[in-house]
Amino acid sequence: MAETTRMVDVYVMGKHYAVPEGLTILTALEYCGYRMVRGCGCRAGFCGACATVYNFKNDPQLRFDLACQKTVEQDMYLTQIPFFPAAKTIYDLEELQANGDQVLKLYPDIIKCFGCNTCTKTCPQELEVMWYMSDALRGDIKEVANKSFDCVICGLCAARCPQGLVPYNVALLCRRLYGRYLAKPSKHLEERIKEIEAGKFDAELKGLKKASEKELRERYNKREIEPAL
Amino acid sequence: MYPADMEASVKKVEATREKRLKETLPRLQEAERQPLLEKYHPDYIKASMRELKVGPNKGDRTPLEIADILEGNSRIDPGKVDLSKADYDVDVLVIGCGGSGASAALLARENGAKVLIATKLRLGDANTVGAQAGTQAADRPQDSPAHHYMDTMGGGHFTNIPELVEALVKDAPSAIQWLEKLGVNWDKEPDGTMHELSGGGASRRRLHSARDYTGLEEMRVLRDEVRNRGINYLEFSPAIELIMDDRGQIAGAVLLNLETNELSIVRARAVIIATGGMGRLHIQNFPTTNHYGATADGLVLAYRVGAKLIFMDTMQYHPTGVAHPQQILGQLVTEKVRTLGAQLVNAEGEQFIMPLEPRDMVASAIIRECKERGKGITTPTGEQGVWLDSPMIDVLRGEGTVARELPAMVRQFGRYNINISKEPMLIYPTLHYQNGGIKIDASGATTVPGLFAAGEASGGVHGRNRLIGNSTLDLFVFGRRAGTAAANYVKSAKPGKPTLDRVRRWQAELEQAGLAKSRPITPLLLPNYARQPYDYLADYTKEMLSAGQVKPA
Ligand SMILES: Cc1cc2nc3c(=O)[nH]c(=O)nc-3n(C[C@H](O)[C@H](O)[C@H](O)COP(=O)(O)OP(=O)(O)OC[C@H]3O[C@@H](n4cnc5c(N)ncnc54)[C@H](O)[C@@H]3O)c2cc1C
Ligand code: FES
Repeated sequence: MAETTRMVDVYVMGKHYAVPEGLTILTALEYCGYRMVRGCGCRAGFCGACATVYNFKNDPQLRFDLACQKTVEQDMYLTQIPFFPAAKTIYDLEELQANGDQVLKLYPDIIKCFGCNTCTKTCPQELEVMWYMSDALRGDIKEVANKSFDCVICGLCAARCPQGLVPYNVALLCRRLYGRYLAKPSKHLEERIKEIEAGKFDAELKGLKKASEKELRERYNKREIEPAL
Repeated sequence: MYPADMEASVKKVEATREKRLKETLPRLQEAERQPLLEKYHPDYIKASMRELKVGPNKGDRTPLEIADILEGNSRIDPGKVDLSKADYDVDVLVIGCGGSGASAALLARENGAKVLIATKLRLGDANTVGAQAGTQAADRPQDSPAHHYMDTMGGGHFTNIPELVEALVKDAPSAIQWLEKLGVNWDKEPDGTMHELSGGGASRRRLHSARDYTGLEEMRVLRDEVRNRGINYLEFSPAIELIMDDRGQIAGAVLLNLETNELSIVRARAVIIATGGMGRLHIQNFPTTNHYGATADGLVLAYRVGAKLIFMDTMQYHPTGVAHPQQILGQLVTEKVRTLGAQLVNAEGEQFIMPLEPRDMVASAIIRECKERGKGITTPTGEQGVWLDSPMIDVLRGEGTVARELPAMVRQFGRYNINISKEPMLIYPTLHYQNGGIKIDASGATTVPGLFAAGEASGGVHGRNRLIGNSTLDLFVFGRRAGTAAANYVKSAKPGKPTLDRVRRWQAELEQAGLAKSRPITPLLLPNYARQPYDYLADYTKEMLSAGQVKPA
């Protein structure tokens, strides 16, 4: 295979390397000899540790992505952005209310958003960051929760915001408010917990714990299976 | 779009889809199960394991890669590490901050302990964020903890420790509610009813999910709560050795700053190991779904101070790892795809296993299909795989289901121009989970006084094979239990004098067994994927490591 592999020219912080076609930015950096400490987590597009900035030799426009997901292309200029601490308000969720003012109270700076849309253009998950920030301003917690759901907290929106806002923390607050106060609590869950506390299943579990392996196997093989749909 | 020669097989999958929609393969018979495993499951390849020659599990078999690190040399020279002054002095040290570490820290704190978290990467960079499918809990009226118990035991081939399974199934609903109250956005109906799916080996629908970002959602919330509670944490600071006292109790840990190489000493009355799994050891050269830091460090730390491990000869290979495209090889295709109705199909478009058998069975059947029956599909880079027919989901459950239920999967494959609502996914088993680990009791206590463990690093609750959704459950159940138990333990602990004698004795044992020279320096901390033959700068600093670290020869 080796002789048929096509090589791609990339520039890591300005220095030229040739790497095999088909690598991601992350594996290309490793191929170049970098051993990652920061900037690498799940390696699968879920954790946001690998926020990356790149442009092309003849195209200065900056682009943003997750290094573990983006495939390298000819003449890419690469750098990684280390994740840095960002403004986060400390709060006790139990003392909050899920109303319009709450978000503004905890993150008053969000009124500074002037709608430049850089955050949305930056988001590697292609979320509508600016729209959810304006939902946050209007106090529409549910919409923020919904629009921001797939956020991996890579930090790129905050890194790029000219007003120094931290959309991902605003979104996190809204999702927690939604989960805690706006989504209806699960009644059957509550009931089951009460039943367990009252000892309803104790005898049955005790019996199962004592049962011989043979007995368990028999019951297991005969157990009734609920359809998946 | 797939390359042309794979496309031919895709056509066969499409051609048989309608017929297959009506076809349900039977479950495996009891008599078929063991032979399938013995013949095809990677755990049964004899040459892949060996007996441990030193330590509490001497004589037990474990994969070569794990044996090497368990028998590893310490990273420190005890003679040069000064324990007399501590950089941190706390009640409870939590090592690792995935779901189990965060839960343990929160509960230890809630129970009055002064807590420090030391973690290897960023706070929350862990296997937990990768969990997609969901978390089990028997909370629907047609379900019960007893059904959950049965399923868990059966999945684990009846080897699970009954007390642990009992704790798991009884605590499950309250763990889910704890997260609900912390603001986790569970998938629900408008009236609050949980939207629950079935999973491999489960007899009822009991998977709680948050789209296909379940672990991410759980972790985002817990990490935020750790910050809200003001719990002190150190990032990029893995533990590299545990400290004992002269009474044989845990007394703290030695941490390494991954960037500056500096060591620091934590004195703690209790330590909770929550370091997760081992995927990055690439057992038998399998690719893995695990995060960058999954190098089984916690096992090494605990083993060296005498903690017993359990079920270390059984690894979980997730049946559906990505086989194509190459860029995401080995990454997880969540079981939720099968849960939603997708079948497993060979190159000819035929089903060959009921898709919701427990994981070890499905993985074995896929390996059989490729390696013995020659009905796998070969990719341009020479990987083999079978199809997971995701387009069936929209046919069964209505247009748009794939997009709604599997946004992460759609996004991931979409980057490589594969539309999983319309095209099947090529998959092959991938190294996923450590079924066993540090032996714990129902409070999370290990066999070493003051040492607790929770989550994937611990073992016993899943027996020899874990079911879907039982791991993210285990994190919260045993993380919370370990946090509480550690905080209570501390209240009556009588600390002795910290020493590193245990490390000295360990090294002596290695010398005696003739292993010291041939074994690596561990814990491993990070895999090395860099093409980098020689570290000139590290060589230059050799003299400067007098702070106590050992340098590889
Ligand atoms: C891709 C994927 C999908 C999954 N899907 C599901 C699912 O749908 N349902 C389910 O139930 N389970 C699932 N699992 C399994 C489950 O997510 C994990 O088993 C579980 O999250 C492990 O949690 P943990 O807290 O024990 O470890 P982790 O979440 O891995 O956390 C361990 C932490 O310890 C740190 N660490 C490691 N070594 C050291 C050290 N030496 N010092 C300090 N810190 C250290 C790590 O950096 C990490 O932060 C999945 C796993 C993966 C990888
Ligand atoms: S490493 Fe986790 S998103 Fe890239």
